[in-house]
Amino acid sequence: MSGPSDFQPTNPALKWIERRLPIMGLMHSSFVAYPTPRNLNYWWTFGAILSMMLAVQILTGVILAMHYTPHADMAFKSVELIVRDVNYGWLLRNIHACGASMFFFAVYIHMFRGLYYGSYKEPREVLWILGVIIYLLMMATGFMGYVLPWGQMSFWGATVITNLFSAVPYFGESIVTLLWGGYAVGNPTLNRFFSLHYLLPFVIAGVVVLHIWALHVAGQNNPAGVEPKTEKDTVAFTPYATIKDLFGVSCFLLFFAWFIFYMPNYLGDPENYIPANPAVTPAHIVPEWYYLPFYAILRSIPNKLAGVVAMFGAIIVLAFLPWLDSAKTRSSKYRPLAKQFFWMFVAVCIGLGYLGAQPPEGIYVIVGRILTVLYFAYFLILLPLLSRIEKPRPVPNSIADDVLAKTGGKSAMVSTVIALMVAGGLLLGGADSARAAEGSTKPPAQKWSFSGPFGKFDRGALQRGLKVYKEVCASCHGLSFVAFRNLAEAGGPGYSVAQAAAFASEYKVKDGPNDQGEMFERPGRPADYFPSPFPNEQAARAANGGAFPPDLSLITKARSYGRGFPMFLIDFFTQYQEQGPDYVMALLQGYEDKPPAGFNLPDGSYYNNYFPGHAIKMPKPLSDGQVTYDDGAPTTVAQYAKDVTTFLMWAAEPHMEARKQLGFQVFVFLILLTVLLYFTKRKVWANAH
Amino acid sequence: MTTASSADHPTRRDFLYVATGAVAAVGAAATVWPLVSQMNPDASTVAAGAPIEVDLTPIAEGQDIKVFWRGKPIYISHRTKKQIEEARKVPVSSLPDPQSDESRVKPGHDQWLVVVGICTHLGCIPIAHEGAYDGFFCPCHGSVYDTSGRIRQGPAPTNLPVPPYTFVSDTKIQIG
Repeated sequence: MSGPSDFQPTNPALKWIERRLPIMGLMHSSFVAYPTPRNLNYWWTFGAILSMMLAVQILTGVILAMHYTPHADMAFKSVELIVRDVNYGWLLRNIHACGASMFFFAVYIHMFRGLYYGSYKEPREVLWILGVIIYLLMMATGFMGYVLPWGQMSFWGATVITNLFSAVPYFGESIVTLLWGGYAVGNPTLNRFFSLHYLLPFVIAGVVVLHIWALHVAGQNNPAGVEPKTEKDTVAFTPYATIKDLFGVSCFLLFFAWFIFYMPNYLGDPENYIPANPAVTPAHIVPEWYYLPFYAILRSIPNKLAGVVAMFGAIIVLAFLPWLDSAKTRSSKYRPLAKQFFWMFVAVCIGLGYLGAQPPEGIYVIVGRILTVLYFAYFLILLPLLSRIEKPRPVPNSIADDVLAKTGGKSAMVSTVIALMVAGGLLLGGADSARAAEGSTKPPAQKWSFSGPFGKFDRGALQRGLKVYKEVCASCHGLSFVAFRNLAEAGGPGYSVAQAAAFASEYKVKDGPNDQGEMFERPGRPADYFPSPFPNEQAARAANGGAFPPDLSLITKARSYGRGFPMFLIDFFTQYQEQGPDYVMALLQGYEDKPPAGFNLPDGSYYNNYFPGHAIKMPKPLSDGQVTYDDGAPTTVAQYAKDVTTFLMWAAEPHMEARKQLGFQVFVFLILLTVLLYFTKRKVWANAH
Repeated sequence: MTTASSADHPTRRDFLYVATGAVAAVGAAATVWPLVSQMNPDASTVAAGAPIEVDLTPIAEGQDIKVFWRGKPIYISHRTKKQIEEARKVPVSSLPDPQSDESRVKPGHDQWLVVVGICTHLGCIPIAHEGAYDGFFCPCHGSVYDTSGRIRQGPAPTNLPVPPYTFVSDTKIQIG
């Protein structure tokens, strides 16, 4: 908008359009000729990264909406069918789910950059406030998106957050009922969240346009905090900033791809692989990592209304930053005191995030209150104080001077900061809260053939595991997301289509109604799903002493747990994500005939070392020699446990091998692209230096 | 897009730009493919479209039934001798879409007519045992089909299509 706009197309057709709608000139002046400070560092690439992430989320979201069903009875299954049946559905779902986390990761870096370099100061106040609005919209969008899969955490997270509004005096309950569309979170809530989740990203896109417009009026800030004075201070946006942004985007994509292909469930909550149950609250309700600091602030205040006000206040206070911090020097590079307090503030935020995932007990509460006070003190006390008393260092005369004066020791600092940011993000994301196998022993880590970047399922184990499931587990546990045709698909037990059809025909499946209006039984076909042993939950409970044998289709993903510090940081790099299978295998072998002295075992329960609370309703299911194997594998409990767990891991993620294979190809490609872009960027910038 | 380079011969810098551009283009194409492919029928739809078996014993002579396969209605007609004769009497060259009746049924099973019940004009479902030829009549725009499902009068351009099917036994067919 404020760049030199001397663009005139030569082509007569383009000239015709340009005279009536000068969009080419607008694009040219905004993104080609636009003067950009030449001293920008890589923290400035996150604007482009965020624009890309918004586009990625909208694109994958619109596509997912083609296959998703926003009804409480069908939502969970529709998401699983996307992952299992839609071509590349698993990829689209992973991109969208991990993409939300990446979106917030990038926005936090973008915001911290703004904080550090004073990008909110005059004349960029409106730019900053538009950013706060975008952030609020992102939080609303992310919250509603997480509800859509309708897992346990979706449902209960929705219940907790919508209940916040009951804190509003007098109108509170009516507001909550209005939001719910019912007497509790239910289908009306899900439907409207779907509609709004589809809408808000386009509202965000609109505010982003305003955000970029406001940016172009004032021009970009820069690390020196000194406005451009002459032409020597700036370079044309294209090719200089464009290629630098592309390189930054490519590096970011590498980070993103690590989650998509190798650690897709690392940042999520395993509880969300259990379908929503309004009658059962999860032991630890935790929001996604990007909300944790605000969740901690909410819980720190003992009063309900004050807690809600504090939580929203923690975000709204950002909008007042340009007036809270009135220091004349923009960049913290030249504000030694402000710089130190900035890093302490970052630590406070990470600390609050960590506490948000812990149970609100004991020392966590005390530290949480201290950090909440520090959070607000930074904005309301410290920054205004510093504006008055701090003596800043002298700023460079111009950007050109700043560039010439650079000694180059920056890159080490930047990479350490990046490493810190990543570690901070991982801390919040991987800290699986106190669900860490509470009240039981941690299962031993097993060796699985499917672990690691090149993991594959052991076909023999899958076939034997299927036999164990069919002969032992299927009498009580369903496997309703697995179809018989899946047995013949690539990456699975390796049966032929004919074998899968024969396997299916051994089952009796209910069908109908026939022309007489009656339901009838017929032999199974490949398109049918494994039938459940009980028609509904009530029948299952009645037959099992009040306990409900869970469906096993997703059990190995639903039973993952936190491994605590520092394991979860190490796990991120080793790709360890087999907590669920370790738990299942340990549970199957973890029965003790006699509970330890002093343990009160309820009637009808059995003692298990690994089951949370140690009292499990399922009797020991496996014994030696129970299932015959045709391939000569040992018929021991340990072997059965290994095989059936391998089978259940495949049942939970049939496309795991395809995911890892494609991941390797994508990584090779992205590394190649990043290297090429790096050298291209250097070549392009060789002129500018 | 790139800064001006010497127009004489490609420099090393140009090679780098070309290489980067080519790799980026390949990446973009590879990224687009899953986004398009996901709109193809997914695995459960493909599985539901698998062949079906239909038992012919309950269908009396002169009767017909309608079954669904891949979302489309399929008429299975147990034709009478009269209907078969009428279909074979017609000179094939006089038909709007010339096709002999023999080519539209399975040898040895001439009494069984299996056709997709969608009018080839604009897609309405014709009514069986209607129209001047005791075949099918489409009420939407008046297309008239004969006892072999061939178009005789009206705007429809081609005969009712015959789906792929085989006789598993004398009394059972597999459609698809």
